[in-house]
Amino acid sequence: MSIVGTRVVRIEDQQLITQGGTYVEDLRAEALTGAVHAMFVRSPIAHARIVSIDTSAALAAPGVVAVYTAADLDLAPHRAGPVVEPWLAGEVVRYVGEPVALVLTEERYQLADAAELVDIDYDPLDVVASIDSALAGETLLFPDQGTNLLQTTGGEFDGTAFDDCEVVLTRTIVNQRVAPAPLEVRGAACTWGADGRLTLWLSTQNAQIARSTVAKGLGVRSADVRVITPDVGGGFGAKIGADPEPVVLGWAAKRAGRPVRWTETRSENLVAMTHGRAQQNTITIGGRRDGTVLAFRLEVVQDAGAYPRALFLPTLTELMATGVYHFPKVETSSRAVVTNTTPIAAYRGAGRPEATAAIERAMDLFAAEIGMDPAQVRRVNFIRPEEFPYTSPTGASYDTGEYAQALDRVLAAGGYAELRAEQARRRETGDPVALGLGIAAYVEITGGDSGGESGRVLINADGSVTAWTGSSPHGQGLDSTLAMLLSDQLGVPMDKITIRHGDTDEVPRAVGTFGSRSLQLGGSALRQAADQVIEQARALAADRLEASPDDIELADGSFRVRGAPASGSVTWAQVAGQAELTADVWFGEGTPTFPFGAHLAVVEVDTLTGKVVLKRIIACDDAGPVVNPLTFQGQRHGGLGQGVAQALLEVMNYDADGNPTTATLADYSFITAPELPDFELVESETPTTRNLLGVKGIGEAATIGSTPAVHNAVVDALSHLGVRHLDMPATPLRVWQAITDARKAN
Amino acid sequence: MKVSIEINGRTVTGEVEDRTLLVHFVRERAGLTATNVGCDTTSCGACTVLLDGESVKSCTVLAAQADGHAVTTLEGLRGEDGGLHPLQRAFREEHGLQCGFCTPGMIMAAVSLLEHNPKPTRHEVRDGLEGNLCRCTGYHNIVNAVMNASGQEVQR
Ligand code: FES
Ligand code: FES
Repeated sequence: MSIVGTRVVRIEDQQLITQGGTYVEDLRAEALTGAVHAMFVRSPIAHARIVSIDTSAALAAPGVVAVYTAADLDLAPHRAGPVVEPWLAGEVVRYVGEPVALVLTEERYQLADAAELVDIDYDPLDVVASIDSALAGETLLFPDQGTNLLQTTGGEFDGTAFDDCEVVLTRTIVNQRVAPAPLEVRGAACTWGADGRLTLWLSTQNAQIARSTVAKGLGVRSADVRVITPDVGGGFGAKIGADPEPVVLGWAAKRAGRPVRWTETRSENLVAMTHGRAQQNTITIGGRRDGTVLAFRLEVVQDAGAYPRALFLPTLTELMATGVYHFPKVETSSRAVVTNTTPIAAYRGAGRPEATAAIERAMDLFAAEIGMDPAQVRRVNFIRPEEFPYTSPTGASYDTGEYAQALDRVLAAGGYAELRAEQARRRETGDPVALGLGIAAYVEITGGDSGGESGRVLINADGSVTAWTGSSPHGQGLDSTLAMLLSDQLGVPMDKITIRHGDTDEVPRAVGTFGSRSLQLGGSALRQAADQVIEQARALAADRLEASPDDIELADGSFRVRGAPASGSVTWAQVAGQAELTADVWFGEGTPTFPFGAHLAVVEVDTLTGKVVLKRIIACDDAGPVVNPLTFQGQRHGGLGQGVAQALLEVMNYDADGNPTTATLADYSFITAPELPDFELVESETPTTRNLLGVKGIGEAATIGSTPAVHNAVVDALSHLGVRHLDMPATPLRVWQAITDARKAN
Repeated sequence: MKVSIEINGRTVTGEVEDRTLLVHFVRERAGLTATNVGCDTTSCGACTVLLDGESVKSCTVLAAQADGHAVTTLEGLRGEDGGLHPLQRAFREEHGLQCGFCTPGMIMAAVSLLEHNPKPTRHEVRDGLEGNLCRCTGYHNIVNAVMNASGQEVQR
């Protein structure tokens, strides 16, 4: 029986549950002997001119090896979108947390003491702390640009688009700023070898992208930088490539002539690692009272933070604007502004969760307006199975989908009709604890970048297998998944298969892990490489068995003449002893795939206090054939947890002066075990034709669906009180306020 | 000052600053790096160890306070047969970890939880692990792991 599709316990775990992982901070490599410790001195002010920096007191502090500022750095400037982002700020700081100086000390405990003594004189400037104030343009972050609006797309709308509609609604929906907050904060260690090469251990999702960024930043050749990815304690998009910090650390290691180690603090992580989401989206939806949507408009405003590092986010939101629906008329636009806040970049879903949240709130608003059940409104407008492949009005080419089926499955599994009846009963009896049901149907784009992925397979002399992948797991269990695929294909047991990744010397060309691309691209690359190795082996086996290669089959891990069992068999070890069996491939240019699904959330809202309790969440996430149901479900669980957290709890807040007010885990509402229910998963598998495995990505899907499902459920719970919308997160105060406002309005 | 702490059955002695945290003593003096630091506000529980058998957040205990006491970390955890502890086995079987960063603290907290309540309900497991954050698993399989280790039914 094939191992693929069965529940296989991870090979990664033995080490993790006995000795723990080896994260950057755990490294005890000899090359790091004598390393100094590094800490960035970061701006405590959102917007200011730097008048002076005095490092003399810090330099005199115990254990201080060096203090570097912008004046010391001789690196070419680097760009974030159309502007220059300093490696260390020397003239102006633009957000709280921006690095201004770097302190190196002999001992870790000396860092904070010394950093305190760096005396920086700031002359405060007016602060742009919100999208609205950025658009007002009274204060500019980059006066040379003449505006805070650094990217605009579309916006020439057809004035007649909504003319045929019986109902037209418009509303602005805030998709709040959240912190990726991987449990392992950012960290790096680096040293220059006698050969003039930099070795950098980095907590990253892609060693190869990090290598290019760091080499470019340092002005050296890519070949002069080796990036090694040890165990990585979560990334969630925010550890794609390398941030500016590792470049400065590489530079400092050279200047100081010492290896350098760096681990940021959690509070630093919350203000200095890129944030996610941070959009303000205006939807206009119009249609007929029979539930047909005729026209949809999405206007995205992205808060890009102080330096626009990821201007693809708003356009990706535009691309996915129409979700799972077939709408005749669609218009989108986007604008990206800079503000005096932490830069925004990818976070689990990166642009797609924002699109889904907007359209799924819009569908509920439309349903409420015409008095139709939200499930029914969705059914009326779904793209139907026979329409695939389907090119959306915004240009996304959906591969396959069973949207109505996914919704019907979760509604059946959840007992939707009974839940609605229970809701009605509570309303009739005036129960202060309201029941809310929230639906979200979603489609998402995975492997949406244009790059492919690398894969190399080698059969060792003893018949064991070593495979190198360009993907770079950081908790997803991809080692196990890839080993399962190879085991199945080669007939070699999993314990004889070693998966290697995350070292640019071993895997020079790769893209890495983000956008749920690893299995479909990395897995397909290994499939192709293994196919080539099997071909090589068949030729050798044919010689030994004195048969034609075309007659040789690989079955149960050995080569035989098809239909002639008596003629003997040849093992992998036997053929590997004869010649080197290896193949190194690059899989495709990576056509995107489109996983989809539907979520149903059930919440209870105490209308007296505003407290929301998520009672149930039922999720159907279809990403095609499943290689390992264990890790597949794990990815869904994690995605659900993070998505729910955004709907109910999480937000990075700033005050009007640009001071972050949620800068520790004591303030930032990281979701805990008692706040989540057991997840109810409904299975569905619709293959794609766009890669060798038929698979789509699952890493981000459940996050994308769960946020609007829970958000919609909270609004639904309050709909009988006249509440039509409230922004996320649905904290007790906000819910209570919405109830109070609705009561006043009635 | 000089402290002497029994860590996983071995006595580790060292000269430390007064402010040295137990977690750093364990990681750097004893060289046991399973115990992780995930925050600076005693919020995440990644640093949880057993101090004289009770779970504590080792980022909130001074090495000096542990002087003369016994500490158990993930590396020192064993089952009765000397193999994997039931919780280690269960975390693996139930896929109770992804990136693994929260796992050492989570397992140590769960050891203490089951010590006090050998047959917890799922609800009690969730409440008992409130001080331990996980960003990857959504907690579902962590709850399963603790149920499994306590010989109870899981919800897959
Ligand atoms: S590191 Fe101790 S609780 Fe977070
Ligand atoms: S497994 Fe990654 S934080 Fe828990």
